[in-house]
Amino acid sequence: MPLRAKVASSVSRTAAALSRAAGRGDGSVIGGWIGLKIDPDLLAHLSAGRAIALVSGTNGKTTTTRLTTAAVGVLGRVATNSFGANMPTGHTSALAKAGSTPYAVLEVDEHYLAQVLESTEPHVVALLNLSRDQLDRAKEVAMMAQLWRAALVRHPDIRVVANADDPMVVWAATPPADPAQGHIPPHVTWFSAGQRWHDDSWVCPECGSTIQRSGEQWWCTGCPLRRPAPQWTVEDDGVLDPTGAWHKVQLQLPGKVNLGNAATALAVAAEFGVRPVDAVSRLGAVTSVAGRYAQVDRDGRNIRLLLAKNPASWLEAFDMADVAPTLLSINARDPDGLDTSWLFDVDFAPLRGRQVLITGDRAYDLAVRLDVNGVPFQHVRSFDEAIRAVPPGRLEVIANYTAFQDIRAELDRVN
Amino acid sequence: MSTESLRIVWIYPDLLSTYGDRGNALILARRAQLRGMPAEVLEVRSDEKLPTTADIYLIGGGEDGPQALGAQRLIADGGLHRAVAQGSVVFGVCAGYQLLGTSFFAKGARCTGLGLLDISSDRGPIRAVGELAGEVDPRLGIPHLTGFENHGGRTHLGADVSPLARVTAGVGNDGTTEGAWRGKLLGTYSHGPALARNPALADLLLRWATGIHQLPALDDTWAERLRSERRAAVAAAARP
Repeated sequence: MPLRAKVASSVSRTAAALSRAAGRGDGSVIGGWIGLKIDPDLLAHLSAGRAIALVSGTNGKTTTTRLTTAAVGVLGRVATNSFGANMPTGHTSALAKAGSTPYAVLEVDEHYLAQVLESTEPHVVALLNLSRDQLDRAKEVAMMAQLWRAALVRHPDIRVVANADDPMVVWAATPPADPAQGHIPPHVTWFSAGQRWHDDSWVCPECGSTIQRSGEQWWCTGCPLRRPAPQWTVEDDGVLDPTGAWHKVQLQLPGKVNLGNAATALAVAAEFGVRPVDAVSRLGAVTSVAGRYAQVDRDGRNIRLLLAKNPASWLEAFDMADVAPTLLSINARDPDGLDTSWLFDVDFAPLRGRQVLITGDRAYDLAVRLDVNGVPFQHVRSFDEAIRAVPPGRLEVIANYTAFQDIRAELDRVN
Repeated sequence: MSTESLRIVWIYPDLLSTYGDRGNALILARRAQLRGMPAEVLEVRSDEKLPTTADIYLIGGGEDGPQALGAQRLIADGGLHRAVAQGSVVFGVCAGYQLLGTSFFAKGARCTGLGLLDISSDRGPIRAVGELAGEVDPRLGIPHLTGFENHGGRTHLGADVSPLARVTAGVGNDGTTEGAWRGKLLGTYSHGPALARNPALADLLLRWATGIHQLPALDDTWAERLRSERRAAVAAAARP
């Protein structure tokens, strides 16, 4: 590593430690920010010599990164950005902090995938899904798929593990080969993780025709784009690998969506030569991920935290949550996106019959939504009031990003 | 009304449904049903023929590509023009508002609109993103407009339309006026969705569609709280 990079890396670690000691944050961003100021190529320098996997997509990337890190851990030490700090500053911080490791698994914000591909030259990239998120500033889904596709064209040597159930991901992962330019088609391994949300993929990104669906199959009515046959699938409570062997997966994380994330993690680890039979038991050691799925006991209530940032992840959260009293909390601060219109993209009907409480900066938006949806609810002004309003037992908490962090802070920043 | 039930058509949700636009359809149907008026919402995708006999047509927001494609398909279909000629109500939001006009800009090119409203849209210097508020045309008899806008367009109103509102916060058409209406056609840049944040606007569309001028009042406690909260937030943001 050049001297400048060594200094930058060392300063970066110190800043992260100071940030944690001062109680200002978990140090996962500030250290990288300072390091990159000193050496803009620091991320590339820190990546050199490591076999790296990148994990990107709209939803599930933090959890899938954690599961993949556990799976790749079969081979040795793995560096990772486990606090969801998923932009280049977070990657820089994570790699600097980890010291030298043979492997790294990095969660990447979908907007930064092209840039991070350039810096880290990964061995494999996992593409999970693309759906609407933060309407006031995020790129539209088709444009995001186009950016991914263009980045992969520039890196035909990178192996891709991609979701066969998401038409936008499939299109992004299969750029046309151009022999004249020396382009070869990327090596893609397909997994099926299911997809409850379909409202961003009715129109073919290739030709603009309608995409038809029947069961798990989908196909474009105007061009050859269709669901590829997945090599990794979820079956019952386990994962079927490409050889046809079935592996029981015992997760401590709820929901079918996390079985899909487990299948993805095993598929990514397999790209490093990890056998699923060796990795599968390690997945069960993952309990909560930066507060997601964390359970806390307080005043006789067992509180479970579920993060839901956009329509697709709300649908998954309803599937994960027990039929129990449920607190919904919505903010619309910068990290959440300022526009709450998306609440009407979510059907809250699965909550009928549960005791529903609402809170957060934008509880009234939620109130109007639930009213139209025919879901009775009670508005509470604080987390403590919510706890007092429910009987002892399970309380499910579903919240968007900053609302989730607020509640996590009430629970002493539970991980 | 065309039949004994109120028919609401949501136009091309596969293309134009970026800003919770389903909400406008749900709210109209719900407000009709709460008054004992049966209502049905028909979602018509862009590869389907548009029915011409519905009472209310809704067009939502979307990005450039889907907006241009939606306009092309609506012009080719011709159904919306026939419905308007028969007196149907049309409510367009954002991209759906722009394409009701004579022309709009998408992907760097001027596109032909449906020509149902005397408006044309081009590109503004910066994208308008944030809370939008305004005082509504007094002839419409409804309280202030509240919403969230997110668009790069600026809309110019011709002589045949009136502005929906005079802007008090945000940009709307051009920083001065917001939205446009003529007869039973109305367009706005507000989402949130617009009818969730402006129940009186939903009732205006219902009055136009049914010809019933005195609709029974509904309990709008939560919508009123939302409106007050948004108004306070806009006022707080405006303070130096």
